[in-house]
Amino acid sequence: MAKKIFPYLLLVPTFIIIVIFIYYPAFQTFKLSFYKISPFGNRLFFVGFQNFWSLFTSGQYIQSALTTLIFVTVTVIGGLVISLFLALLLNEKVPGIGIFRTLIFAPYAISPAVAGTLWAFLLSPVAGYVSYLFLILFKAQPQWLTTYPLALIAIMIATIWKNLGFNVIFFLAGLQSIPQSYYEAATIDGANSFDRLLRITIPLLSPITFYLIVMNVTFTAFSAFATIDVMTQGGPANTTSTLIYKLYQDGFVNFNTGFASAESVVLILIMAVFTYLYFKFGQKAVFYQ
Amino acid sequence: MKNNKKLIRTILIEALLIFVTIIILLPLFLAVTMSLKKPSEVFVYPPTIFPNSFYIQNYVSAFNSINLGRLMLNSLIMSIVIMAGKTIFGILSGYAFSNFKFKGSSLLFAALFVTLFMPAELIMIVPLFQIMQSLHWVNTYWALTVPFLASATTTFLMRQHFMTIPKELEDAAKIDGAGPMRFLLEILIPLSKSTIGGVAVINFVYAWNLYLWPLVVTNSNEMATAQIGLKMLTNVESTSNWGVIMAGTLMVLAPTLILFFAVQKLFVRGIVTTGLKE
Repeated sequence: MAKKIFPYLLLVPTFIIIVIFIYYPAFQTFKLSFYKISPFGNRLFFVGFQNFWSLFTSGQYIQSALTTLIFVTVTVIGGLVISLFLALLLNEKVPGIGIFRTLIFAPYAISPAVAGTLWAFLLSPVAGYVSYLFLILFKAQPQWLTTYPLALIAIMIATIWKNLGFNVIFFLAGLQSIPQSYYEAATIDGANSFDRLLRITIPLLSPITFYLIVMNVTFTAFSAFATIDVMTQGGPANTTSTLIYKLYQDGFVNFNTGFASAESVVLILIMAVFTYLYFKFGQKAVFYQ
Repeated sequence: MKNNKKLIRTILIEALLIFVTIIILLPLFLAVTMSLKKPSEVFVYPPTIFPNSFYIQNYVSAFNSINLGRLMLNSLIMSIVIMAGKTIFGILSGYAFSNFKFKGSSLLFAALFVTLFMPAELIMIVPLFQIMQSLHWVNTYWALTVPFLASATTTFLMRQHFMTIPKELEDAAKIDGAGPMRFLLEILIPLSKSTIGGVAVINFVYAWNLYLWPLVVTNSNEMATAQIGLKMLTNVESTSNWGVIMAGTLMVLAPTLILFFAVQKLFVRGIVTTGLKE
């Protein structure tokens, strides 16, 4: 008997946490999205789909969805291309490669908030080196953090930089798992190095790339909150307010709980689709590590 | 001729590597030099790269202006507790899924799996905050740690790892009369040291770098965390004294960066096996 319940006992702590702090809030989110809450938070009124209706007809919400889409697309594609290039370099057998790897992996340890303050400094008008560089090169001194679309670009740069370490580590692990013999065979058949990259490396990296896309999209969409909060606080004129930033503002600045819950429901549904795609197409990527 | 070509290639790659490494690390380097500049030097135009002074006072100012010592202590407590919880509970639940056949195991496994992409502290933050209110946990260490004590990610990683350990060991232990708990503690865990180490380090960094949750769940400079301190610092130093802000930034970054360099092997192993970030 004791033997039978043993595995369940092992699971108890994990499931207590998961049920109370993930399942129950998920249930509450769905429930609250159909209610309006009185200003003092003590009464609930059932309003049906009204929160969703005001959500999808809200210009600000649509704008924030578009901002998120642009921000995530550019950041993920740009970040992965740069990371793949770096990983190819780091896969070369040249002296001191171990040191280069350690140094280029390092941004992994940097938090989104730290990335935010660092780039806010580099892009600041007087003390910032990037601004100064722009003045020398282009005779222009743009106000990075207070004009559109530069503020969004600034956050993209900080996020891409912060994500480099993680992406490079994965791409490099992927590159190292490709058998050397494939390249040798291709060389004998007369393939040049560009052919080899296009025909061998990139196709064989596709499971890892898929995995990295999924992870990057989630990190970029959500973790960039800290970078945004430190650099622009959603401004100028909400042009850097992504979906998660807007959720925070509606929930904790404007105290519009019902509306915020409807926003949460949309995010949960997006993540559910993501989870589905991930397990349908991406499982291999993880378990081949 | 062929050797020459190879040498040139090596030199080119080496040069390119040095170039990209400098570019990538330049923000950190410039932060260090800025953190050593006197206030009068911060806005010297054009900006100088190397400071004329070695103005350690910036670090003291960062500590004093936002209570950074306390905030870093809070982050440390939070990160250690979350790291311990996630790792220990992950080992236990991973062990259940890897070494036991029991009724409902695949259902429970699926129930855990779907939470993988459900960061409640982000996308369900409103109801999660309400739970904290009803537990009277707002502005306490409970709120900062308890919701993060277990996760699907660590469970899966430990399960995957335990499944690679030969079944014969378990059978041998059984014959020797060792119960399942003793097998876990005396055989499985010692055999999994580097995986567990990697996961623990990753979980520490994850917790240290949390931002949105500490932002909403704490409301005093006694209970906030180091990451939130950066926002406070930028607000307090409203004249943009970048020297002080960079000093603070570097101190908040230091623990994870030092940890990264100290245990890089474990770290990279942890990242590649968990795929976990933030």
